[in-house]
Amino acid sequence: MSTTYYTPSHEWIRLEGDIATVGITAHASDELGELVFVEAKDEGTEVPQGEPAAVVESVKAASDIYAPVSGVLAGFNTRLSDEPTLVGTDPEGEGWIFKLRVSDSAQLESLLDADAYKASL
Amino acid sequence: MSADGIAISGKGDRRGDDFFVFCLGGFRPLFDPLSFTPLNDLHIELGARMVPFAGYSMPLQYPAGLMAEHLHTRKSAGLFDVSHMGQLRITPKQGTLNDAALALESLIPVDLAGLGANRQRYGFLTNDAGGIRDDLMVANMGDWLFVVVNASCKAADTALMEAALGDRVVIEKLDDRALLALQGPEAVNVLQDLCPEAAEMRFMDAIEADIDGVACTLTRSGYTGEDGYEIGIPAEHAEQIARALLADERVLPIGLGARDSLRLESGLCLYGNDLDETTTPVEAALGWAMQKARREGGARAGGYPGAEIIMKQAREGVSRLRVGLAAEGRAPVRAGTELFADEAGTQKVGVVTSGAFGPSINAPVAMGYVETAYAVLGTTLYGALRGKFVPVQVRALPFVPPGFKR
Repeated sequence: MSTTYYTPSHEWIRLEGDIATVGITAHASDELGELVFVEAKDEGTEVPQGEPAAVVESVKAASDIYAPVSGVLAGFNTRLSDEPTLVGTDPEGEGWIFKLRVSDSAQLESLLDADAYKASL
Repeated sequence: MSADGIAISGKGDRRGDDFFVFCLGGFRPLFDPLSFTPLNDLHIELGARMVPFAGYSMPLQYPAGLMAEHLHTRKSAGLFDVSHMGQLRITPKQGTLNDAALALESLIPVDLAGLGANRQRYGFLTNDAGGIRDDLMVANMGDWLFVVVNASCKAADTALMEAALGDRVVIEKLDDRALLALQGPEAVNVLQDLCPEAAEMRFMDAIEADIDGVACTLTRSGYTGEDGYEIGIPAEHAEQIARALLADERVLPIGLGARDSLRLESGLCLYGNDLDETTTPVEAALGWAMQKARREGGARAGGYPGAEIIMKQAREGVSRLRVGLAAEGRAPVRAGTELFADEAGTQKVGVVTSGAFGPSINAPVAMGYVETAYAVLGTTLYGALRGKFVPVQVRALPFVPPGFKR
């Protein structure tokens, strides 16, 4: 399994080939509480690093999910449309949010590894 | 990720500030030192996530989480610490309680002189433009008036009453008392074990009673749309009574997060969001709270700040109205969302003032102000949400049937 990287804004990203899978961390999920709605931007949308690519909504708040690196939206976890709570039960697995065709994989080096992320909490 | 609501935080962050600035109207500067309620230690012991709200450190939610807390309150009973709210004891300087009620009527467009002993009423303080300075509850306790006001407004309300009525009434701030709300269909069954009189009360009754041996104020009211009680307690006994209520397995502690979603589903206004100095009671669809005696042609019509404007609006209508709003799909429309008459978003006709996901109806719930022509039930408007336009239907409030025991 390839390396998972983290952002200070609580996303995780895992690259396989040139397609990355992105979600939110267990810490972020705990803070947000149970989700009621998840939506990503349309497939094919170009998203620069650090710009919103998806949104998750709890009862009380909407939160943007940023693209950890620049890329083009290449899919959404459609299971979340009916089952948004999956993000809470398995945030770094079945609860992944979107796929990203990565433009410049070198940007991954600017992100945190698991230990650095954990230390930042 | 970032939130337009609650901030996701790591080490050292002031978690939750954003939520309260944007969603619940925490009006005080964030650098003010926080106050603590008499239940602060208990909240921490219960694992609450504490947030600053209106100058107080308050529980946003407990480990059960907002969704579970909300549903539990509707199904069983929830205990809320609302000790941040202002409790006032008002008595006449001379004469009878009726004189104190008449004095308050000069600030509040509600029939207070006609409020019977041991009864409570909802009301509001108005300004000269007919806007709402604060909304509040007034109870006739027999020989004093018990007034409960919003935390964020309590200093201003007290100053206003002192300045306007200080020669006629004595206003005593009950800062040494906690206020707990026990809400939900099981509230009566829980409370009557500690206080048998509780079961005899009707909705909006107000008494003084011994609870667990402590002299308390007790009203059969609250702000969740459910049956329930608010209990005013001397601070030093607050934890004792809270623990006695929480010892009942039907009761869970409930935070401000669920308090907000419960009141919104029940169509109840949040001051600072749905009501403020620029919204009048007529625009806010609160005409029902101004009884006949205070309306045009009534025995004590007018005589409060902004009366001419409010009576003219009641007579001739208003240009905008507060309505319930149901967004299509599952994405909530939040406070600040602009509402348009057309799908292209060219004609703005309103704005959302409170919006969330309603756990009990499992769908988005909102309220807001729309131009009167678009306030007709069933009208479809379009909310601007992340660059798209979501259909939003004008709906009757509340979204869930009230559980009051009238």
